[in-house]
Amino acid sequence: MATHSITLTVNGAKEQVDVASNWTLLQLLRDRLALTGTKNGCSAGECGACTVLLNGEPVNSCLVLAVEADGANVVTVEGLAHDGQLDPLQQAFIDEGAVQCGFCTPGMLLSARALLTRNPHPSEREIRQALVGNLCRCTGYARIVRAVQKAAG
Amino acid sequence: MLSRPGLPSFDYVRAGSHDEVVRLLVTGGPDVRLLMGGTDLLVRMRDGVVRARTLVDVKHLPGMRTIAYDSAAGLTVGAAVTMNQLASNADVRAHYAILAEAASAVASYQVRNRATLGGNLCNASPAADTAPAVMVLGGRLVLCGPEGEREVPIDEFFLGPGKSARQANEFLTAVRLPPPRQGARGTYLKLGRNREGDLAVVGVGVLGSPSSEVPPGYAFSIALASVAPVPLRATAAERLLAGQKPGGAAFAAAAQLAAQEARPIDDVRSGVAYRRAMVESLTRRGLETVWRGLSAASSGRGR
Ligand SMILES: Cc1cc2nc3c(=O)[nH]c(=O)nc-3n(C[C@H](O)[C@H](O)[C@H](O)COP(=O)(O)OP(=O)(O)OC[C@H]3O[C@@H](n4cnc5c(N)ncnc54)[C@H](O)[C@@H]3O)c2cc1C
Ligand code: FES
Ligand code: FES
Repeated sequence: MATHSITLTVNGAKEQVDVASNWTLLQLLRDRLALTGTKNGCSAGECGACTVLLNGEPVNSCLVLAVEADGANVVTVEGLAHDGQLDPLQQAFIDEGAVQCGFCTPGMLLSARALLTRNPHPSEREIRQALVGNLCRCTGYARIVRAVQKAAG
Repeated sequence: MLSRPGLPSFDYVRAGSHDEVVRLLVTGGPDVRLLMGGTDLLVRMRDGVVRARTLVDVKHLPGMRTIAYDSAAGLTVGAAVTMNQLASNADVRAHYAILAEAASAVASYQVRNRATLGGNLCNASPAADTAPAVMVLGGRLVLCGPEGEREVPIDEFFLGPGKSARQANEFLTAVRLPPPRQGARGTYLKLGRNREGDLAVVGVGVLGSPSSEVPPGYAFSIALASVAPVPLRATAAERLLAGQKPGGAAFAAAAQLAAQEARPIDDVRSGVAYRRAMVESLTRRGLETVWRGLSAASSGRGR
């Protein structure tokens, strides 16, 4: 099986890596780049725990091949804070108690980040629609929605 | 399944030209699979349902990701246009709103960033959410093969679950829609096990427009998802509406016919009787919604 030499930007840093054809972006992030904030819940596009931003848009990294990310700009939960400052969404999740076991949180944060970037003041319905693909098995949805509302101001 | 294995081995080729794709399909046969968003293919490969030695990524070929609208020629949607691209495109929303509505009914926002219109149709699932919209809009599929390009009307494309009129050495490059019918109104109603994010238990697309070709002055098209081995036109219901004055009685009768035309199965998502009942109910609701839009538009024009 062929390997591919790819370059991509992950959380602002340029990376050059050799990846096998059948590697997913999720495997590249977790197993090669040791960015284990991104979670593997289902490997099937259902749960959203693996959500990252690919060129600014949220995708399920379990359904993107690593080689498809050649040349792309990827942001994971590790890239949300800047200069020691949490993203306002991260702070709001803490303040609202929107984290229980935390497994869904990285994916939730990136879906919510993308939502606020394209729509800074979403309605509750718009928030719930944007998070349909992020399951929380601790079912803390009410607090998660409230945290997004709070971060939106 | 407790834990899922990684993807089986395969080679990845990013196609550089249409000719290269056809060549790979001809020489590789069933060992070659086409890849666009991968939201169907990769899941099925991981589950071992689909095997392939080579994945040919066709979404970067010229034209695959563009949407072009012309009032005389209609709409051309590149096969690899994503659901989110369709749902937010100004021309699609203005002239083919039912297609934008159907695209936003697919899965979740993240999946819609990868899932493509062409992948949805080529997968040939009876539950494909965009199929009813493309059917009522009179879409044609542009297939590229060794002999060049050919167009297949969508009504002739689906042959069975996972089976289509696409030949093994062809790939889909675009979906073409005729110019919008003047004053048309449409809606896609989807019932899932939950309100959003799930495959359809029943999907109903309805398009209506003023028409001088049928006695009642309005023509209606109806297509159904998830209630037969293929996405289905409700032709008996359409014929009935072509001969009756639009309104509650005609819509109720047409919805009953649509439910009879459906050939649903029992599966993990629902049962036969429930699906039939929901076809009737959603068809009636779809017709009423479309009719309200048509009546408001005609009174708005001072008729
Ligand atoms: C969690 C989840 C939820 C989903 N929910 C829905 C839903 O609500 N409604 C719905 O309709 N679908 C749903 N789907 C299915 C899927 O997302 C859609 O069918 C999607 O549009 C497929 O497009 P794709 O680009 O990802 O296709 P791919 O997976 O890339 O390809 C699909 C099939 O078409 C073939 N193919 C790809 N490109 C071409 C080409 N150019 N020419 C010919 N054949 C080609 C592939 O070999 C494959 O067999 C869901 C999927 C997931 C994972
Ligand atoms: S791990 Fe990717 S969606 Fe669940
Ligand atoms: S906090 Fe546990 S899954 Fe959401």
